[in-house]
Amino acid sequence: MNSFFRETWVVFWRQFRIAVRNPAWVIIGLAQPILYLVLFGPLLEPLASQFGVDNAYTIFVPGLLVQLGLFGALFAGFNLVAEWRAGVVEAERVTPASRAALLVGRILRDVVQLVVQGVVLIALGYAFGLRASVPGMLYGLLLTVLLGAACAAASNALALTTKSEDVMAPLINSIAMPVLLLSGILLPMSLGPQWLQTVSDFIPTKSVVEGIRAVFVGNFGQPALWGTIWAVTIFVVFVVLGTRTFRKENA
Amino acid sequence: MIRARGLARSFTGRKGREKTEVVAVAGVDLDVEAGEIVGFLGPNGAGKTTTLRMLTTLLRPTAGTATVAGYDVATQPVEVRRRIGYVSQSGSTLPEALAGEEVVDHGRLYGIPKAQAERRARELFEQLDLDGLWTRRPSAMSGGQRRRLDIAMGLVHDPTLVFLDEPTTGLDPQARANLWTHISTLRAERGATVFLTTHYLDEADALCDRILVIDHGRIVASDTPEALKQQVAGDLIELTVADPVQAAAAATALSSLAPGSTADVDGTAVSLRIPRAGRELAGLLRELDRQGVALESIEVRRPTLDDVFLTVTGRSLREDA
Repeated sequence: MNSFFRETWVVFWRQFRIAVRNPAWVIIGLAQPILYLVLFGPLLEPLASQFGVDNAYTIFVPGLLVQLGLFGALFAGFNLVAEWRAGVVEAERVTPASRAALLVGRILRDVVQLVVQGVVLIALGYAFGLRASVPGMLYGLLLTVLLGAACAAASNALALTTKSEDVMAPLINSIAMPVLLLSGILLPMSLGPQWLQTVSDFIPTKSVVEGIRAVFVGNFGQPALWGTIWAVTIFVVFVVLGTRTFRKENA
Repeated sequence: MIRARGLARSFTGRKGREKTEVVAVAGVDLDVEAGEIVGFLGPNGAGKTTTLRMLTTLLRPTAGTATVAGYDVATQPVEVRRRIGYVSQSGSTLPEALAGEEVVDHGRLYGIPKAQAERRARELFEQLDLDGLWTRRPSAMSGGQRRRLDIAMGLVHDPTLVFLDEPTTGLDPQARANLWTHISTLRAERGATVFLTTHYLDEADALCDRILVIDHGRIVASDTPEALKQQVAGDLIELTVADPVQAAAAATALSSLAPGSTADVDGTAVSLRIPRAGRELAGLLRELDRQGVALESIEVRRPTLDDVFLTVTGRSLREDA
């Protein structure tokens, strides 16, 4: 177990150093939440009363958090395809290091990115007028991280299975697009007609978004519970799946 | 150091609706002693890389057993990994990482403490003529430098056995010669056992104590380069006569050197392969002179590994290289 943590750290630190040295990674990573907030936030403000909340940003910021978690992390696998092509994955697999550490170290890089983006988003949201429960925001960030880690694991597993950006890009887009729309990330699903709401009930990330919205307004009741259950479930399933892919030969 | 018995690997693929089984390695028996440099030769698709991937624990055998550095590849892969270094064909470093850090991080995945890994990496940079490239990105290195960096990656944990997969493919002749020196040094200074695959016969000839030839997933020859050449080929005597009319007479004279064989005639060129041609040369010349055959040229060629290869596999290594 001890060596697992050490190996995870070595993998993470290598990934993190390489990423931070790439200015595009840093700039795009920070610009994403800022652009959404600045360019889309003001449109929602006048609609706050229709959502049944006092503060539009308690609807909007949780949605953006989940979007960051989903989208940023789902594309994490592209890095891995490049690494695989350069022979890095194979070189790591002939070392005695735990296969799980090779995956978890990489996920950790995406988690750190997500936490920084989330904190920037919340801080900036505050400047725009977000007023929300502090423990709620922290808990919301935690749920976002679980979801993001799951997506990063899934994306890495997909990368090792397909080994091709050309296959991955359309695949990820065709999954992420409906999930994004049906989770009510930009606008709550409660605004939609009944059939759309029914369809969206089958999208687990909707529960997570609604859970985060609930805790932001200080409500740790049933929506928060369901959001947590789903976030944890998705996390466990995809991390296990990802580790199995790293263990598989030929991957 | 390596002992494989009946090592085999097949892949199941799909052809339309039917499942097809492709046998990549049909059953390899091989032994490598500690301190040997062994060359593993074979045409593309012969099973070289698949065998190597099984010996380095990257691929599980579908049949047979292999013990590498004292441990079984199927049941104790982690112990095997601790003791071997593997320099793959496809590289091992990220183009945008920093060369030195890649080697240190790689060492730390073997559980080596950071300071020790860094000391060892710096030592390797010096030995492999990579001085001053510690903070260089692999993307900004020459092919030869990148190859040596890959070797540094494979050696950072002081393995007792090193696998090199086509170490000099794609390098210019100077870089190749330079790398050969480094590979010989591996054994001379560190007592490492080296197992390398190659397409180049001159490379196998120059570096290896012993050569294994694999074809259609089986080992078809195993001996020292010298012995292999003597066993299967013999020297080639090539005569060129001035007048095509005399070619037949020259062929008769040449054929009489080795009872039961006939010389090849191609226009004015007459050739025959016989063992130890040097001993026969004086007699041959006297005979030709007696018959009044006028020679344009005479040439004796020692057998090359390519001749060996042609004999044991029925095709030239270069054909599909």
